[in-house]
Amino acid sequence: MKSKVMGLGAMLALAAPMAWGEASVADYRAQLADKDANPGILIIDKGERLFHEKRGPKNASLEKCDFGLGPGKLKGAYAQLPRYFKDTNKVQDLESRLLTCMTKLQGFSEDELKAKLYADQRLNEDNTDVEAITAYVAFQSDGMKINPPLKHAAEKEAAKLGEAMFWRRHGPMDFSCATCHAEDGKRVRLQSLVNVYKPKDIQATMSTWPTYRVSHGVVRNMQHRMWDCHWQMRTPDIDYGSPATVALISFLTHQAKGGTYDLPGMKR
Amino acid sequence: MKTKLMTACLLAALAPFAQADDKLATKVDKLVAESFKSGPGQDMARLEQDETQKICSVTRNNPTPAQAQAINAREQATIKYPDGNKLMGDWKNGEKLVKAGFGMRIGNIEPDPTAKQKGGNGGNCYACHALDPKEVAAGNLGPSLTGYGALRGSSDEIVKYTYDKLYNTQATVACSNMPRMGHNGILTPAQIADITAYLISAESPLNKK
Repeated sequence: MKSKVMGLGAMLALAAPMAWGEASVADYRAQLADKDANPGILIIDKGERLFHEKRGPKNASLEKCDFGLGPGKLKGAYAQLPRYFKDTNKVQDLESRLLTCMTKLQGFSEDELKAKLYADQRLNEDNTDVEAITAYVAFQSDGMKINPPLKHAAEKEAAKLGEAMFWRRHGPMDFSCATCHAEDGKRVRLQSLVNVYKPKDIQATMSTWPTYRVSHGVVRNMQHRMWDCHWQMRTPDIDYGSPATVALISFLTHQAKGGTYDLPGMKR
Repeated sequence: MKTKLMTACLLAALAPFAQADDKLATKVDKLVAESFKSGPGQDMARLEQDETQKICSVTRNNPTPAQAQAINAREQATIKYPDGNKLMGDWKNGEKLVKAGFGMRIGNIEPDPTAKQKGGNGGNCYACHALDPKEVAAGNLGPSLTGYGALRGSSDEIVKYTYDKLYNTQATVACSNMPRMGHNGILTPAQIADITAYLISAESPLNKK
């Protein structure tokens, strides 16, 4: 493990020329890379239990949920998302698909689920069920290549719309996603920012979500990341599993194609 | 004649792209309309784009020279000045304002306290700029402003340029990444004058060696 950690530190050191202060950030990151010490593993265990448990008004488990490779087939499913689903006639990411299964198979109401999606880190809350199940399903693609399909017209359209959305400036800050994420070597304060047009950068990012966020004390998923960015951009709340979030995630996942999932991640 | 013909050819070649961009922008507007929650605690007006935001989005911050000129002129016309037209305010207050700046976040998940949801909280300048050399946790999305006044002096032209830049950055740089701090109500004219003084004043720590 030690050599792996050191190897990762060296890799990070090679990844980009470092400004003052970034070497210590890389050291910190290297320490976080020890997966055996990643508290996200506990949340994945919780998600596994919830996935197999009979729950909801229909008293059903999620074992028949189809994430794209067939009912109950979880191995590698996340690595091939987002994708077009015939039954919903939509492109869906992992989390919007999970919402479909929890409503259709288990009978939960969508409004009820959406009323409490995210753990509130200010109250030191534990991860919600939806967050835990997402982390568990995603973890079944650990070590696999990021390989979302791009065959169906709707999949192509989602990625294209996602990129246009990425550049849309709005809100009182005049921000778009591109304001922070389209150039190399940029930082907000000391926080490095990913350039989504640099394959290595975006692969390193997308391959490590879901991620345990040390500053939140919980596992966070891509839908939360999309909400968080928009909240910081001072927009209204972007809706969980909405077409815009799925389009953005489609674009980002395609930019990261060829990367290898390394889950769960651990970040600031 | 020859150049005219070439221009015509060039325009003809570009026209389909412009149309495609407009179509795409319309689709993205629809996407946005379907994807954000309305209701109490939300402010859907924040998602409506003004003309400048539209052009910067569609061109991905690369407006044509003609578009850039139109943006500069339109944004220059928005600039308001503080009472008494005093563009150099109190640099000490400016120093507080460049550090402060949390707020304006809305919604139902993690909104700021109501009083902070409007602007006027500060500029949060260190997120993107280096200013006082003693503050090491400075971002680099924007250029370093350390020694701003020491380098440029404090002539009336520099003072006005600085105030205008802070109030509405797109009056000079179309599609700049920087928020239009005054125009969008993030800072008041008096606060912008204070930050102008912080950038220019010889006493400001930002200008000390």
